[in-house]
Amino acid sequence: MTLRNRTIEIETSEGVTFSLLLAALPSRFLAWTIDACVILGVSNLVGRSLALIGFIGFDLVQAVNLFFYFAVSIGYAIALEWLWRGQTLGKRLLRLRVMDRQGLHLRFSQVAIRNLMRAVDALPVFYMVGGMACLLSRDAKRLGDLAADTIVVRHPKLPHPDLAQLLEGKFNSMLRHPHLAARLRQRAPVEAAAIAIQALVRRDQFDPAARVEVFGEIAAYFRSLVEFPEESVAQLTGEQFVRNAVEILAGRTRSSARPDAAVPTGNAPA
Amino acid sequence: MILDLPRFIETERSYWMELDRMTAKIESEAAYRMGIAELQRFHYLYERCSADLAKMATFSAEAEVQEHLGSIVARAYGEIHSTPARPKNVRPLRWLFYVFPRTFRCHVRLFWLAMAITVFGASFGAFALLTDPDAKTVLMPFSALEGSPADRVAQEESGKNNRLAGQHATFAAYLMQNNIRVSIMTLTFGVTWGAGTTIVLFSNGVGLGAVSADYVHAGQSKFLLGWLLPHGVIEIPAILIAGQAGFLLGGAMIGWGRRGTRRERLRSISGDLITLTVGVAVMLVWAGLVESFLSQYHKPVLPYELKIGFGLVEAILLTLFLGLAGIGDSAGSKSE
Repeated sequence: MTLRNRTIEIETSEGVTFSLLLAALPSRFLAWTIDACVILGVSNLVGRSLALIGFIGFDLVQAVNLFFYFAVSIGYAIALEWLWRGQTLGKRLLRLRVMDRQGLHLRFSQVAIRNLMRAVDALPVFYMVGGMACLLSRDAKRLGDLAADTIVVRHPKLPHPDLAQLLEGKFNSMLRHPHLAARLRQRAPVEAAAIAIQALVRRDQFDPAARVEVFGEIAAYFRSLVEFPEESVAQLTGEQFVRNAVEILAGRTRSSARPDAAVPTGNAPA
Repeated sequence: MILDLPRFIETERSYWMELDRMTAKIESEAAYRMGIAELQRFHYLYERCSADLAKMATFSAEAEVQEHLGSIVARAYGEIHSTPARPKNVRPLRWLFYVFPRTFRCHVRLFWLAMAITVFGASFGAFALLTDPDAKTVLMPFSALEGSPADRVAQEESGKNNRLAGQHATFAAYLMQNNIRVSIMTLTFGVTWGAGTTIVLFSNGVGLGAVSADYVHAGQSKFLLGWLLPHGVIEIPAILIAGQAGFLLGGAMIGWGRRGTRRERLRSISGDLITLTVGVAVMLVWAGLVESFLSQYHKPVLPYELKIGFGLVEAILLTLFLGLAGIGDSAGSKSE
């Protein structure tokens, strides 16, 4: 668990465990800065608008300005986090979200308490108390989060996995030798299969030269486990060999391959 | 043996996407409510995707797809396992006349504790001022109070010092926000296991005691009562209730004689904390208006007897309200 990428694991009643990425201090501070600018901007706008209305006396304008700024500075985060399910404008822009510590819905009292506690967290200046609490806390909680039992998580924009690399159903020449395929399944460790799948899914993220090198190394490893007849694998690039090996490790049999296909599997040669 | 990932994804991906879409709709539309059929479908999708996630975690080390599915399940989990958080209808009057006083009475012992600390602070402030008049500059809460009480009374009663002319509303707003801010500090300092709340209450008491002793010692008791009572009988109890809330928070942090983890204790009091805080804010809005528009006028504009009488009536009404309102209302829950 590093300071930059702290996560929190939640186990559901169904026995499923998932992890949430805790928001780092700089991103939280940046979100707060954005929110502070919004509060100032809105208060300023309302103040100027009121001043334009002639029939309201100066005293009342001043009073409304003063109280409005106070109400907005306290109510802004409470209202938005309640309506937008744990997000203010700043948090939304930075993909942060306040959540219940157990991954459940936020209750209004939680939202209100964590925001009222800013009075302490903001001391003495620039949220120093809250920042220190965040750094010292296992779940990156400021005092408000501690009192309200909330966490702030980051939902990074996850790229959709490139499943096309896995879902292509092309002819697998190695499946013509079921006994060798069975031997490969027997000898290949799960970790090797995982590495091969990762390499396939991330295929397009590699530089061409690096791709050739990575797949070449993985293919060489699989070749060292089982030796397939030369006529079945001679024409295969490293990537094609790995793709075929993954298909075999996933439990595909000859019946699920496409026997009518005349060309070896794989994308364009890497 | 590893999972046949391609086939698995091919089969399940449509369910993942459907759950993702439904969750996104719930998240983006605050007023969206699902029908029974949609709820059943949502629940089915959640269980199916949870099972997929468990299967992937067990039989496949494909981190990227697993992370993607995990984020979908995590979002849906919060929706499935939470009780509806939004009250169906907000009833502010019912809250004010039933919930708030009942919550106050529920934790009234903490109110007495807050009052005892304030009285102790006031006694200390009065004693310090009377035994060491030079300490006045340190003890007085505002520099404007450092002068002679007799001089101030003479100046106020001469009518030449209408410093708030044309600024009553601004002054009222200032008082409201300042007092609410102090109350919030008093409450939130409870997170320091109650120590911060104790210090704030004691400090307020010292200022109050010093001012009172100064005016009483100078023979200006009537002016003092006429000046402080109209707003003070609301403002001071409001600060004490904020202290009560602070001690409630501190008590949950400490957890003496209470079962459960700190997290459970804090959860159990969160509704009461908010109720007390909002109640304090309402009281301070009233106190701010009274202080600005009434307390600052003195004889001959307003006779002291009238101001003192007004303050006493407020005190009686507040006592009745906090002591009796909501009694016998079995449906009136004490928190949100």
